Amino acid sequence: MTHLSTTLDYMADFQIRVNNKVVDVDCDKNTPLLWVLRNHLNLTGTRFGCGTGLCGACTVLIDGTPIHSCDTPIWAIGNKSVQTVEYEENSTLQRIKSCMASEQAGQCGFCLSGIMMRATAHIDSLATLDRSSIADALDGHLCRCGAHNRIIEAIRQAGS
Amino acid sequence: MVLPDSMVAAPLVSDWLDFSQPGMVGIKTGKVEFGQGILTALTQIVAEELGVGFEKCFLVTASTGISPNESFTAGSLSVQDSGSALRVASATARAHAGTNSYWDIEKGVGWAIPANPDAILKNPSDYSLVGLSRNRIDLDAKLKGITHFIQDLRPDDLLYARILRPPNRGSTLVDLSLEKITLSTEIEKVVVDGSFVAVVAKDEYSAQSLVTKLAQVAIWNQTPAGMNNASLMNFLDSALAESKVLQEFGENKTELPHQASYSRPYLSHASIGTVTAVAQWIGEMIHIWTQSQGIYPLRADIARALSIDPQRIFITHVEGAGCYGHNGADDAAFDAVLIAKHFPGRPVLVTWSREDELGWAPYGPAMKVHLAAQVDDSGEITHWSHRVRGNGHSSRPSTLASPSMLAYSHIENGSAILPAGDPPQPRGGGTGRNAIPLYDFKNSLIVEERLSEMPIRTSALRALGAHLNVFAIESFLDELASRTNQDPLEFRLRHLSDPRGRDVLTKVAELSSWGKELPEGTGQGIGFARYKNKGAWCAVVAQVDVEEDVKVSHLWIAVDVGLVINPDGVRNQIEGGALQSLSWTLKEQVQFNDGAVTSNNWEDYPILRFSEVPLVQTEIISRPTTPALGAGEASIGPTAAAIANAVNRAINVRVRNMPLTVTNIMASVE
Repeated sequence: MTHLSTTLDYMADFQIRVNNKVVDVDCDKNTPLLWVLRNHLNLTGTRFGCGTGLCGACTVLIDGTPIHSCDTPIWAIGNKSVQTVEYEENSTLQRIKSCMASEQAGQCGFCLSGIMMRATAHIDSLATLDRSSIADALDGHLCRCGAHNRIIEAIRQAGS
Repeated sequence: MVLPDSMVAAPLVSDWLDFSQPGMVGIKTGKVEFGQGILTALTQIVAEELGVGFEKCFLVTASTGISPNESFTAGSLSVQDSGSALRVASATARAHAGTNSYWDIEKGVGWAIPANPDAILKNPSDYSLVGLSRNRIDLDAKLKGITHFIQDLRPDDLLYARILRPPNRGSTLVDLSLEKITLSTEIEKVVVDGSFVAVVAKDEYSAQSLVTKLAQVAIWNQTPAGMNNASLMNFLDSALAESKVLQEFGENKTELPHQASYSRPYLSHASIGTVTAVAQWIGEMIHIWTQSQGIYPLRADIARALSIDPQRIFITHVEGAGCYGHNGADDAAFDAVLIAKHFPGRPVLVTWSREDELGWAPYGPAMKVHLAAQVDDSGEITHWSHRVRGNGHSSRPSTLASPSMLAYSHIENGSAILPAGDPPQPRGGGTGRNAIPLYDFKNSLIVEERLSEMPIRTSALRALGAHLNVFAIESFLDELASRTNQDPLEFRLRHLSDPRGRDVLTKVAELSSWGKELPEGTGQGIGFARYKNKGAWCAVVAQVDVEEDVKVSHLWIAVDVGLVINPDGVRNQIEGGALQSLSWTLKEQVQFNDGAVTSNNWEDYPILRFSEVPLVQTEIISRPTTPALGAGEASIGPTAAAIANAVNRAINVRVRNMPLTVTNIMASVE
């Protein structure tokens, strides 16, 4: 399938599984998953925050494991299953969303997609869900509005 | 009664309310949402005063020519400005309608009737919506991840752009060396205008990749001079300044026995999302989608920069990531306009990189405060002197003598951005915001010195000068209390006759069990202010543990915002403000090297992390019969001071220069 484009960039057709659907993407093989989601697949719930894996805003699940989609190239996805904040069939994620709403956990909300994906994995890992374990799990995620305590409480509730 | 300020230029009910959809009420506000929950609070106000269901109301998207011109959404004034206007418009509509339906009147004579400032307002004791917590109307879309933010706009034929910024302030483009790079097929164009360079592509990765490559090959004429970390204090002390006496009464002594100086560095907005805008040239018209805090002033400044009639520009507001003042939003809008001009008819979306955002957006100014006082034998402060220096806190669009969007300082026919000014004193001022203490001192001299040279662009950051001014006043009070062996809380109360100020102080002392025994290395500190001396009253107690560094374990906050529209919204804003202030106060400082900002990534500009967040308890003192006051900025200054005072009580070291890092604490050990 791989072919050389008219330039030196390697364009390729990829098939990846996103939110339980197989989709075709034609792009440079080094394109980060983030931009595949946002530009090619119109799944804009996954956020661009820094592009270097330092803020957590772009976090998605790959086979259940949270990764930074901003520095994960599409060629590395292979047959693995990608889940984003838009996915409605993940019951843990849905529970988190409902607890975030009841706790009013957010202000601008830009950091929440990544945080909720991380929290889904954290809850599913059956870790102890006290304040400090949740805070530690989220330590790679930045929130500038100061909604941290509400977010922690919502995740605690979602997991209990 | 006089009309609320916002209604002077928009005096009709139809300027504010839209009854054109049967059974529904469109709310036309000139204020915009950026995470503070304002649209929810305004909806509560309208639904309450009109007597219609909350769910029957919707917000009309803020757009030029449609929404009332309410200038900027800033200064914790949205509830005061837009809330008052919408309340009067709604009360007028209710009185005018009588037993008729709003929508029948719309179909008949219409609602272009003057708002009546004397319309009878609903009695607060009859409120059924205002004063109760209400879920935010914007949160659902944010949780679902459906299109909401400006970054998510995907109009047909969209192109994506990224900007290549100069290596430092003052450098100019010599040669892009484009011939050294093979362009991918995804690249549409490289736009160059003077030293403004933008890459336009079919997707964002292609655009960003080319910017990264260009940064390696482009040749710039670099000016070696410019701000360095080490030169900051000297700059603050020696730069030319415009001096203004803000308050002077009683005896003015030149030499007062107690003296101390306090400072803060430049601070970044550091939003989690980077600023974004979309522009499209359609014939003679330009349509801009922007997250700007002021769509009308932005329109005027872009028109001025392009030398065109403002009527040719149509601006629609779209929410961006959290906004805490004048960030790069307006800059990005102008970037988009400049780029989209090369693609007639096609929309172009510009997103700044993280490096652009932390390296080029306007900063909250570095500041310095010098305080002096005299205390009499009974331990009462008799003389007080406050001198604050720093760059202005506003270079917002249309507030300076020439355009103030970043790209205007880079394009061929542009010019450097002029030094920032300050909002007028009636709006709370900037450099001198909260420089006048609320305490009762017999002799007082308060002076602000706004610098008239600006090596680094500064503008409004949440609370403006109040962050350092309150930090300084409240730190100095603790120092004076300590030197005269008085309890910091008692010392404040003895100098404060303002009853609502006394109430929040007393309340926060109760919440925090002020005065209780604490282990060694642990301390509680207190901070207080009335924001702008006419906004919300707020008192904070911080508890810290100091070992290798400062850990804030608890914050207790008591706040009085007058009439509370949405208690949960107020708590969210007060707590958010406190945590942001904690982050600034403990961790943040913009770093320089020869005029280049080197703290342009999250490693070099660290902000508060989840593991560092204290428990926060907030209590609202409700005053339903007094005017509603904004909550967004009230906790900033008191929190900063409370932390420094707590550190002093924990380890007996007075840290006067923010941030309270290990380096600055060590430098403060006497």
